[in-house]
This record gives sequence, structure tokens and C-alpha cells, in this order.
Amino acid sequence: MDHTASEMMMITAARALKDDDVCFVGIGMPSAACNLARLTHAPNITLIYESGTIGAKPYVLPLSIGDPELCETAVTTVPVPEMFAYWLQGGRITIGFLAAAQIDRFANINTTVIGAYAKPKVRLPGGGGAPEIAGCCGQVFVIVSHSPRAFVPKVDFVTSFGFGTGGDHRRRAGIKTAGPSLVVTDLCLMRPHAETKELMVTSVHPGTTREEITKRTGWPVKFAGDLHETPPPTAHELSVLRELLNRSGQGSGVGPS
Amino acid sequence: MPRFLALADAIAEYVHDGDTVAMEGFTHLIPFAAGHEVIRQRRRNLTLVRMTPDLIYDQLIGMGCARKLIFSWGGNPGVGSLHRLRDAVENGWPQPLELEEHSHAGMAHAYAAGAAGLPLAILRGYVGTDLPNVNPNIRFIDDPFTGERLAAIPSLRPDVSIVHAQRADRAGNVLLEGIVGVQKEAVLAATRAIVTVEEVVDDLRVASPNSVVLPHWTVGAIVEAPGGARPSYAHGYYRRDNVFYTQWDAISRERETFLGWMNENVLRKSSSPSPPIRGRG
Repeated sequence: MDHTASEMMMITAARALKDDDVCFVGIGMPSAACNLARLTHAPNITLIYESGTIGAKPYVLPLSIGDPELCETAVTTVPVPEMFAYWLQGGRITIGFLAAAQIDRFANINTTVIGAYAKPKVRLPGGGGAPEIAGCCGQVFVIVSHSPRAFVPKVDFVTSFGFGTGGDHRRRAGIKTAGPSLVVTDLCLMRPHAETKELMVTSVHPGTTREEITKRTGWPVKFAGDLHETPPPTAHELSVLRELLNRSGQGSGVGPS
Repeated sequence: MPRFLALADAIAEYVHDGDTVAMEGFTHLIPFAAGHEVIRQRRRNLTLVRMTPDLIYDQLIGMGCARKLIFSWGGNPGVGSLHRLRDAVENGWPQPLELEEHSHAGMAHAYAAGAAGLPLAILRGYVGTDLPNVNPNIRFIDDPFTGERLAAIPSLRPDVSIVHAQRADRAGNVLLEGIVGVQKEAVLAATRAIVTVEEVVDDLRVASPNSVVLPHWTVGAIVEAPGGARPSYAHGYYRRDNVFYTQWDAISRERETFLGWMNENVLRKSSSPSPPIRGRG
């Protein structure tokens, strides 16, 4: 079965989620991937949206983080201060799932501005829940399309802290959680090096070359010694994803986050 | 006992030029009717506070009501940019907009601290980010017990908070349900509070002893404004108008189309006709 690059991305991201995960879900591609996991191999996964909905099981993908579909299908809906204080800061979430406008070699994320903060070239939406999702979830997955504009040596603004300048910077900053452990793109999977924390390519999607990944990454990207090829989407994964997107009116893809 | 007022009278009396105003509602129950009345009454130099500025503040900013924005995520949810917010920040149109930018966790804690009457909020947040470099209201303190370094920000205490709710009874008790966001905190943190409601009823029809109810003595004014959250939604009344949220991208992208839409759909409309005064006061 033929598939698109964005389908590959959502399916690969979904596979990284486990049945017992408690996942803090961003809108857009993270939400598509998390619900695909729930509808395939992880039926018991708990999906939490920052609007306060815990255990949401949306039949159609929400356009916003607070669509009625989320509240109506949730186990419970809590006030937003409680969501951030007890559930996120309290350490109840295993995976935070984020998108990014820019991500750098140490997995710091920018969703605030392109250019200088005081005089931005592009004013982006900002952090929302992401700064504390990046700090308080057990680990963080990032999903982002692979381009030199997105994969930069250093982000223009650190909205969400990954590994700072690398090495043990995260621990020195007093952060106890693991941080970004997986980056999913339309070309490959990246994981941080155990010591340096620099993002390295660990798995290449079918039909993608090393040269293409190198060309579309804004720093001299390294490849893991035991480089894998990502298994292609199965017919089942593709049909569940397409049904989900179609009934959500997003057959042509999901919007930005 | 709150006063039951027409929308135009409530805004005229409770919202003044230069005020710090919070219109809250996390995607759900956004008080659009009240926001539009603020635009019609041409309030100026407001400091607008909202976690997600959403279309309502895009409109207020584009119409020149705001001097400053305190916020944590300024996009059109699931669609893209807020073009009027961007135009104000990137080009100073129709006037420059000062930003005080936080994270959601920071804003949520700051509202809760305001409701609690505390001067500051403390959280485990902002660590390693550039936000403290651009917002002097984000600082760090040491916990006197464990020594842990924690973020501290001033509590939010708006001059006036405006929220929309499902209904009020004739004594002025207010029921909120569904995604309840930070509305209770915003009301309790504010000096004055206006609540617009879908309907005023004899019986609040409270589903559970734990339902979110704002007792009548916490609210200054109640305005009956059916449909007052559209194109946002009111759980149990009407759905979110996702089509309009998507269309707003094209409407708001250029100044001319934006001003045309505002003129047609906000300025030329009168505020909803004064409802019969059905409260006791």
C-alpha cells in the first residue's frame, strides 16, 4: 500500500506509544498519532489534553485543544489550574507529545518567534503548555517535518528546554525528567546521544537516503552505528489512520499545531 | 446579590479605559458577545489578560482596544496564526502592543494565586527557557525548606473579569460546566466580575454537589446573552463553529477584510436587546 510522508510520520509516532502510557497531547499531528495508537495497539492509553480532559477518546480528531468531543468522551474534566498543578507538575504524565517550528541539535524547541523577540520576523503562537510539558513529563516525543528551516543548529528562542547546550545541562538546571527521547520526522527517527545529548539519526524511513537527511538538517547530523530502517506502515495502520482523518474532515492532512 | 443588566450597561459601568481586563474561557465559553460590546464602546488602552487570546482578542487588538497583552498561547487553535495579533507585534498596527508572555502553567498558577489572595504564584516551570529573559515578571526563588529553585510570578488580579456561563438562577448563582478552564479563578481574582449567561432560570439544574457554581455574592453583574459564546461554544447548548474559526484565517489576514468584517458584524450590530429584568434585584 502506498503511503504519504505525513502518514509515515504519524504512524511511526503512534508506534512509540505504549498501552500503559499517560500522554499529554498537543493538537495537530501529535493528536492524530496518539489517537491512532489508541485505535491500534494501545487501546488503554490515557490521553490528556491541556483543556483539562483526562482519558479523552475522541471519535473525530479535535480542531482545537478544547473541542466538545474531548470533554464528552473523557473520564473526567478538571479545571485548567488543576491540570497544570496536580497532573502535569505532579508528575503523573509519562509522555509529552509536542510539535515544533524549530528544533536544534540538542532538541531545544522554539514555537515563539523567528528572529529577535523584540522585533520578530515571524511572531509564532508561543509556548502554551509546552515549556512545562517539556520539563515535567517523564519523557518527551517531538513530531516535526524535516526541513533546514525547522532543524537548525540553534533555535532563535528556547520555548521548551531540551538538553540546552548538551551533556548534563538538563541535570545541572535541576530538571529530573528525561526530556526529548524521540524525534519523529517524515524522513527518519532521531534520538539523543547517551552522553552528548546531540540528536542522531537512529532509523531511516523506507525510500529515504542519508544524503537527503543530511541536506535537510541544519547541522552536520550524525548517524547511529546501528542504523535501522523504519518498517513501512502496515495496511491496518494505514486504513485506521485514513478512516480517522476522513471522518474528522482532515482527509487531506492535519492542520498546524 | 449581583445586578441583572443589559450587556451595554454592564460594559459601560464595569469596563473602563486603561483597565486590566480578563475575558476567560479555555476554547469553551469564550465571552464573545461581551468582547464585541467592549469594541462597540471603543474602550482604549486596555491591558488584556487571557491564556489563549483566541479570535476574541485578535478582534479587540485589531480594533485598537489594547495597549498590552498578558498571555501564554496566541494562535488560532488548529488553524494557524492570529493575524491581527501578529500585525500589532510585527508592524505596530493599529498601535504597538506590549507583550507579557508566560506559559499556560504560569498563567494558571497566577490566576489561582490571585483567587487565593496571594501576591505571587510559585511553580516548577520556565526552567531553561528564554521566557525569563524577555519577561521580568518571571523570576526564581529558593524554597526555604528544600532549597529547590522554583519559578515565581506575580499573581493575576484583573480590575474586571468577564466570563460566559451556561445559566444563572434568579438569585444570581452561576453554573459553569464542561471544560471550565480558569473561569472560577479569574472571577475570584478580579475586583469586579461580569458573567454573561445563556439563560436565567428558576432552577439552576445543578447536576452534582460538586458542579462548578459561582455563588451570587462573588459576581457583580449578570447579563443574559444567549449565544454569547459563539463562535466558541456552550456545552449543552451549541457546538463550536470550527468552520468559522477556519474562515477567520482569511478574514483577518488583511487589514481591509478584517475591518470590513468587524464593521458589518460587530460595529453595525447593536448589542443584544435589553432582556427583561428577571432577577430579584
